[in-house]
Amino acid sequence: MQLRTTVNGEDWTLDAAPADVLLDVLRERVGVKSPKIGCERGDCGSCTIIMDGRTVRSCLVLAVEADGHEITTVEGIGYDGLNELQSLMLGNNSFQCGFCAPAIVLAATELLEHNPNPSRHDVQEALAGNLCRCTGYEPIIEAVLSAGGGGAE
Amino acid sequence: MVIAHEFDYRRPASLEEAIGILSEYPGSARLLAGGTDLVAWLRDDVVAPDMLIDIKDVPGLGEITVDDGVLSIGSLVTFTELIESSLVREHAPLLVEMAETVASTGIRNRATMVGNICSAVPSCDTGPVLLVYDTTVYLAGPGGERSVDINDWFIGLRETALSDDEVVTRVDIKIRHHGGVYVKLMRYAGEDLAQAAVGVVVYPDDEYKVAFGAVAPTPFRSTRIEDALRGKSLDDALVADVVAMVDDETSPITDMRASAEYRTRMTEVMLERGLWEATERFAGTGTAYGVRLI
Repeated sequence: MQLRTTVNGEDWTLDAAPADVLLDVLRERVGVKSPKIGCERGDCGSCTIIMDGRTVRSCLVLAVEADGHEITTVEGIGYDGLNELQSLMLGNNSFQCGFCAPAIVLAATELLEHNPNPSRHDVQEALAGNLCRCTGYEPIIEAVLSAGGGGAE
Repeated sequence: MVIAHEFDYRRPASLEEAIGILSEYPGSARLLAGGTDLVAWLRDDVVAPDMLIDIKDVPGLGEITVDDGVLSIGSLVTFTELIESSLVREHAPLLVEMAETVASTGIRNRATMVGNICSAVPSCDTGPVLLVYDTTVYLAGPGGERSVDINDWFIGLRETALSDDEVVTRVDIKIRHHGGVYVKLMRYAGEDLAQAAVGVVVYPDDEYKVAFGAVAPTPFRSTRIEDALRGKSLDDALVADVVAMVDDETSPITDMRASAEYRTRMTEVMLERGLWEATERFAGTGTAYGVRLI
């Protein structure tokens, strides 16, 4: 089946079988590698992408469902260099191995878009579905709180 | 891991078209909304349909409305949309309290409330909440529309009153003054399926509704506990009486998430706290919805 989608501002027309999963098509056909193959059942969050302004698990979306929709990955938001949130994460040593990082940047981006001054609880809730096995979340949460203006309690 | 099974995919533009495709594939088509269960099931070969019917382009299924004392929630409404809806927060706050415990933001943005009751797993969070409200499920099929009382909806494990040739269009909740709680036991505070769950609602004149999740093959109401409470104000002895019924009323299993005994004991604690808190919230003196009791 043919599908048309926008990935990071670029229009793509792709042929995909109904059983092709969006995560695989993005990585292998579009060449966007930041969404990672993790648990492939929606638990770990590492395949997170933004679709029409909201984070979704690309491992649980069929490629054909993306027809007519707009996709953003971390490649699309850091195109002109790191943004403020990413710089704060870098400065805060938020990540070590980096496997979870693209997804967490997107989850935090979605949060700050809807809630520009989140509380610590808000940040924890927003990131609860993104597993990180390196830094214990604290340096990530601190960076997101700083990006949000310090954190309202 | 790829999805090994091949299937066709269509995205109908109307309800009639969706029902028509269902009729072309009797018993071998699946409806796709958020897909957060279905795509995982396809990958695991739990389901192997010949046809996937994506209903996300069907107009009119994504709405939340209030009309004539009834809150209507369309079958494409996601958990995130429930949380963000002022109508739901005002008229059915338990749905918001429940939705906030469902998985994670990335799942809630996609998963639909109706999909949750159609998947009908024992731990489905929506079950206990819709059961303690006055809820009716509306379905459309080749013969027109019909409705199913939520009490007749859950039939067995992953089994509901929905027929192969029908589409759920919406869920209606009769708006009544109430106070309630949804208490969910999880292994940790982030995202998890329920190990056990309790829904309680207090209506005027000491009418109580009590439902449980993840402690039987389906979510269910306990009319025995409700009958014991009816017309009475809570006191310690009454609460102890109904808490003592939990063991008989539930039939939990032991699995990787919890032992049966742990589920039972915690359900007792959750029912006790839930009854008191629902009563406080009914009186306007309780915690805000969303404050977790466990």
